[in-house]
Amino acid sequence: MSAVVRQRLGGKTRVFSHLRQALQRAGFTASVAGKNNSTAAKELTVRDALNSALDEEMAADPKVFIMGEEVGEYQGAYKVSRGLLEKYGPDRVRDTPITEAGFAGIGVGAAYYGLRPVVEFMTFNFSMQAIDHIINSAAKSNYMSAGQLSVPIVFRGPNGAAAGVAAQHSQCYSAWYASCPGLKVLTPYSSEDARGLLKAAIRDPDPVVFLENELLYGESFPVSADVLDSNFCLPIGKAKIEREGKHVTITSFSKMVGYALQAAEILSRDGISAEIINLRSIRPLDRDAIISSVKKTNRLVTVEEGFPQHGVGAEICAVVVEECFEYLDAPVERIAGADVPMPYAANLEKLALPQVEDIVRAAKRACYRSVPLAAAA
Amino acid sequence: MLLGRSFEDMCAQMYYRGKMFGFVHLYNGQEAVSTGFIRLLTDRDTVVSTYRDHVHALSKGVPARAVMAELFGKTTGCCRGQGGSMHMFSREHNLIGGFAFIGEGIPVATGAAFSSKYRREVLKESCDDVTVAFFGDGTCNNGQFFECLNMAALWKLPIVFVVENNLWAIGMSHFRATSDPEIWKKGPPFGIPGVHVDGMDVLKVREVAKEAIARARRGDGPTLVECDTYRFRGHSLADPDELRNPDEKAHYSSRDPIAALKNYILEHSLVPESKLKAIEKNIEELVEEAVEFADSSPAPPRSQLLENVFADPKGFGIGSDGKYRCEDPGFTQGTAQV
Repeated sequence: MSAVVRQRLGGKTRVFSHLRQALQRAGFTASVAGKNNSTAAKELTVRDALNSALDEEMAADPKVFIMGEEVGEYQGAYKVSRGLLEKYGPDRVRDTPITEAGFAGIGVGAAYYGLRPVVEFMTFNFSMQAIDHIINSAAKSNYMSAGQLSVPIVFRGPNGAAAGVAAQHSQCYSAWYASCPGLKVLTPYSSEDARGLLKAAIRDPDPVVFLENELLYGESFPVSADVLDSNFCLPIGKAKIEREGKHVTITSFSKMVGYALQAAEILSRDGISAEIINLRSIRPLDRDAIISSVKKTNRLVTVEEGFPQHGVGAEICAVVVEECFEYLDAPVERIAGADVPMPYAANLEKLALPQVEDIVRAAKRACYRSVPLAAAA
Repeated sequence: MLLGRSFEDMCAQMYYRGKMFGFVHLYNGQEAVSTGFIRLLTDRDTVVSTYRDHVHALSKGVPARAVMAELFGKTTGCCRGQGGSMHMFSREHNLIGGFAFIGEGIPVATGAAFSSKYRREVLKESCDDVTVAFFGDGTCNNGQFFECLNMAALWKLPIVFVVENNLWAIGMSHFRATSDPEIWKKGPPFGIPGVHVDGMDVLKVREVAKEAIARARRGDGPTLVECDTYRFRGHSLADPDELRNPDEKAHYSSRDPIAALKNYILEHSLVPESKLKAIEKNIEELVEEAVEFADSSPAPPRSQLLENVFADPKGFGIGSDGKYRCEDPGFTQGTAQV
């Protein structure tokens, strides 16, 4: 194993981001494509990335414990906590009754006293039952108590649409949580993101809302040896340039990063070089990365899965207009989910969510190529 | 108890003089419950309260001047003026709230009890700290109450749930809101002993409290204690208090816990009256001093606006100049644009 290098929060990641970018340019695409270089990195699913992060953090610090529905004997509703009950016992991997408000509050009370709970919501839709605790007793406590009570808690679980799970199981909560001061909101995409950001979240002294995506759990990504190191952490608040480009900036997070990368491939065949930003952190938003990119490309497309009004794209658009309006050569294009509760029928669901073609179309519009406008809901 | 009463009366005066503002909920009449329970706790035990938390803070040992300054919104307050009447926190005294949402404190208290048990059993520290959660009759119809009765019993947590049943939730009578008004009976269905006590008699409350706290400390699990009490003033200082029957108010006024204890002491010649008078005088001076302290304390400086949002200020992220925003001098001066 090569030299173990510590990656500290907010620390020096420049060397590794170059390494990763080099790996990207050398042809490692983000999804399993049959391009496996035999001397390369290992393949790791997002699920295993999360599982290993939880495992390592629990081994390193006995104050870390997991709490949620089906996390223990069921091995996790989506198997993210597989094997942890056997390893750490029922005191540290707690199956709870169906009481989101209750157990989220219990997590907060435990965090006040220095324990480090990782509270799982089976999906973030269920977090609405506990949202009082996430916002009022977790996010606001450090401020209300003037620094006496910090809340080192992580709320994690799948967020956004899955497949055919309909309106009450498909909402994306990134915009809601990201509007609240006192919270950090993270949205990993790849296995490297999942591992690095979850470890950073668990080590962080503040409440973190960790929004995963159910459809990404089974996806495999190549990871380098450093990612597998037990001290690997990604800094919170820094976005990643997944693909460098010159003509248009496309910001995305979570599953949409994969779609944006596919769109970038298609666009490149038409001579449009798209720069894809994987936001990784919705709150705090890496304004520097976004603005630097817009200053370079002069055009911006924001992509998100959630509802359009007051969404993440709206915030990014406002930030860009405030900070680098003169650099924009075209209006900002926002791609979001349709402004409807998620329908069940498969064809309607497809229409309600952004697809790769939508991203391509918007990028072309931003570049003033004439394309028909899609239906705007 | 006397400190609590004098303090709350002073709060009312200060509010009407404009020195205190926002929502202020006074505890007059309920002092026996706070004193009866909290004075039996150690410094390490935890108290969680609601928005009616001034006297819980005082009973737990938070200095009167710190509470008064907090109410005036001054930087010398126990939360540096950032919490206010409804959000009293003191880590030093293990008072962890101060919550405005009713029912919100109950899971947090259950979590504090959970951490006590976790420390003992997983971290192998010697820890038998107990948590006492205070809440009202209206809260006992809230889902979180039942969720926590269940989990506290399930995991045998060292907690005492204390219901301060003052019969009224703002203007909603307990009997109009609750199908079975006997709250103590809601413990046994969860496997928790339910105890009913006269909350206007501090000695009776203390007897029950002793047993409940000892039970929790032994590791025998939670107890639900319903204290029959009454608030002499309205729900808050903004409440015109028109719905309560004057006869009811008169009935409970005649059962004032402070007067009752005073009579008891004098009847049994436990302490000479002169000593009681001296105590009363001391308390008056203490409360006056607290007001002077609060009055003369400075308001929070502008730089305090952006402090303590996060334990790790890098949580404000990276600004458009590529540096962490918390490093921008405008930030620490409170002049940055957020």
